[in-house]
Amino acid sequence: MSRLAERFRHGGIFVWFSGALLAFCLAMILSLVGFIVAKGMGYFWPRSLVQVQTQEGLVLGEITGHEPAHGEETEKVQFRTANRDIYGQDFRWIPGAGMGTPDYPKDALLIERLEYGPFIGRIASLSHEGQQVASGAPALAEALKRLPEANRIRHQIQSIEKGQVGDLNRRIEKVRTNRRRLEAKGNEAALKALDAEAAGLQVAYDQLQASLEKIRAEAKAWSLNLETVDGKQKELPLGSVVRVVQANAMGTLDKLGVYLSRLWEFMADDPRESNTEGGIFPAIFGTVMMVLVMSVLVVPLGVITALYLREYAKQGWLVRAVRVAVNNLAGVPSIVFGVFGLGFFVYGLGGSIDKLFFADSLPTPTYGTGGILWASLTLALLTVPVVVVATEEALGAVPRSQREASLAMGATKWQTLWNVVIPSATPGILTGLILAIARGAGEVAPLMLTGVVKLAPAMPLDGTFPFLHLDRKFMHLGFHIYDVGFQSPNSEAAKPMVFMTAFLLLVVVVILNLFALNLRRKLRERLGGSTF
Amino acid sequence: MEIDDPRPVPEPAQLQVPPPETGLRPTSFVTPGLPLTDPAVLTSPTMLQVERLNLYYGSKQALFDVDLKVARNSVMSFIGPSGCGKSTLLRCLNRMNDLIDDVRIEGRVLLGDTDLYAPGTDVIALRKRAGMVFQKSNPFPKSIFENVAYGLRIQGESDFKVLEEAVERSLKGAGLWDEVKDRLKDSAQGLSGGQQQRLCIARALAVRPEVILMDEPCSALDPIATARVEELILELKREFTIVIVTHNMQQAARVSDHTAFFWMGKLIETGLTEKMFTNPGHRMTEDYITGRFG
Repeated sequence: MSRLAERFRHGGIFVWFSGALLAFCLAMILSLVGFIVAKGMGYFWPRSLVQVQTQEGLVLGEITGHEPAHGEETEKVQFRTANRDIYGQDFRWIPGAGMGTPDYPKDALLIERLEYGPFIGRIASLSHEGQQVASGAPALAEALKRLPEANRIRHQIQSIEKGQVGDLNRRIEKVRTNRRRLEAKGNEAALKALDAEAAGLQVAYDQLQASLEKIRAEAKAWSLNLETVDGKQKELPLGSVVRVVQANAMGTLDKLGVYLSRLWEFMADDPRESNTEGGIFPAIFGTVMMVLVMSVLVVPLGVITALYLREYAKQGWLVRAVRVAVNNLAGVPSIVFGVFGLGFFVYGLGGSIDKLFFADSLPTPTYGTGGILWASLTLALLTVPVVVVATEEALGAVPRSQREASLAMGATKWQTLWNVVIPSATPGILTGLILAIARGAGEVAPLMLTGVVKLAPAMPLDGTFPFLHLDRKFMHLGFHIYDVGFQSPNSEAAKPMVFMTAFLLLVVVVILNLFALNLRRKLRERLGGSTF
Repeated sequence: MEIDDPRPVPEPAQLQVPPPETGLRPTSFVTPGLPLTDPAVLTSPTMLQVERLNLYYGSKQALFDVDLKVARNSVMSFIGPSGCGKSTLLRCLNRMNDLIDDVRIEGRVLLGDTDLYAPGTDVIALRKRAGMVFQKSNPFPKSIFENVAYGLRIQGESDFKVLEEAVERSLKGAGLWDEVKDRLKDSAQGLSGGQQQRLCIARALAVRPEVILMDEPCSALDPIATARVEELILELKREFTIVIVTHNMQQAARVSDHTAFFWMGKLIETGLTEKMFTNPGHRMTEDYITGRFG
């Protein structure tokens, strides 16, 4: 008893207790990340294609699930048979009882294509403009040889559609709105000049379409005749093939190659098939961009607020009330901020901007609809309390002796704040920014109301003037997770994609934080000795 | 901005305790080697004049009817037990007490011909004329160069040549140039304590003030650094008028031409240092100087 009392007195028990709790928290975080990584990272590894004889005929596919016998239910195996266009579904449950011995045919292929998800089966033959060129194994070899060229053509078409065609469309649209404005004024000469310009643009547009048609025809010239394991035929233009995976014939090194190429596609490409396939680059870009714009907005907002509260406002009940209110703002549910952003920023502010500056293109809204600017502003409001609190702390931690030194030199209060106090407080302000980023990057609900979309046609930052398009809608990793996981018609197939996207979101948040941490470290070194 | 209340709290009980300097006899201050009164200061005109100054922190009075004159190009030291109001008076001389809430000041302080507390006085301009060095060295978290150039920069000087010149002149004036001339871009907070304090002096010199106010500038320094600052004070006297608050009797005796002794917010006695330390006119002064206080 007395030994226990002794231990209590020395606090050893509490040290153990707090250590254990810390370990528990760490274990939870690690298992969270580990779980996401394990679920997501395996997605890109090529799996073996299994062929079995069942009562319903031959089945070929990847084994994705297994359910042991349970009461009345018999044992079942889940196959990803793919070929959604032929079977109408990607997955099939097959009773384990009547299943023959599994076979791993070397010539079985998984073909990733632009539409309907992957195809699993074999190549029957290869044709050029309807003429069969090769069949069987030589067809596969020939197809593999021609695939890079077909992919190059496809990318060319995409880049023309996205770049030149989009650019021309925007210019035509601009001429149209200009014309509408001039019509109201009745300026004949200017109208004629505009008509000429419009005609010129139309000619350029037609030419571009013609050359596109030509390239498209070229892309369709080669096509594959595919055959499923149960003998159904399917023709597929070589231009629609993304990747051919000979899952059962590959060694580990080849599989690693496929893995890396899929990983790269995931991070660098645009999404396909209502986001369940392809890459998520626009979402990564949109997330980072939104956080950056938010940071640019939240820092001045928070710092100036804190500066006034701490340095200029007369400390009294009013300031205390404001401080409490600001702190409480941090506890308001984020969806409330989203509603506010929609009502105030999008409809109110954006609508007024449209009326004042973009009246020509109404009723099509320019700023009066969700966009990255409004989303970032909403998140800036959401995270401003964190910055205010951190900045106030940092300002309070600047030694009085330094303020006095500056004032005694004949500096005004503002000069003292600007030259001495704020630089010393910068690391503390950055701490606030780091917390704000951590909160803002993971927020989804308010974004859904203020500018995030499932698929954004163009990025908020690109090569067309004025390069930064804050009025555009954007994609976001957090929303992508929700959309792919819960809103997609094929969420079973997209499940690993959800984990992978979640993992990437974590990585993006960590990288943004590391960036801010590094900035803070450098500033601290420069300030030397400062403890904040 | 809120600044902690530095108001001195005179504790009569505390005054019973003898100050740390013990066993000293008045004669020990005028042993050969100590500077005798500089004849020049006897004739130099008045630089600073305090007339019937009363200062209140709220309802509590901290200074009582202080009358004082400081001669140009002389060193005046303020001595007295803790909380006697000497730092408060020093901070009145460049209106640093303005930064404290509910301070009330009556009386006049003249810097040259300017009445510091006349309505409409430009406090900012005034502080440029009366530089200050604090008890604890407080360099800004900037480079050595930027610390010294600070005063000129806030006055709007941006010509690098002018700044460079002023920095060199001030650092030389503070006896720091040879030690730091190769690392002006380094952080000032990497300097030693004594160097930092001399940097603060250089920073005050850069704006060419008329008066330098020093609030116990050596209390955080080791004896060697203290000696250097004291030498510096004697050097600076040629160009500036200096008022120094000190707890160190020997320091007052070594560096100052005049000494003022304060007790409980009252100026008990002021006069030539030589006279104060050898033949004080007031019993209390003698007791304090000799460490027999109370």
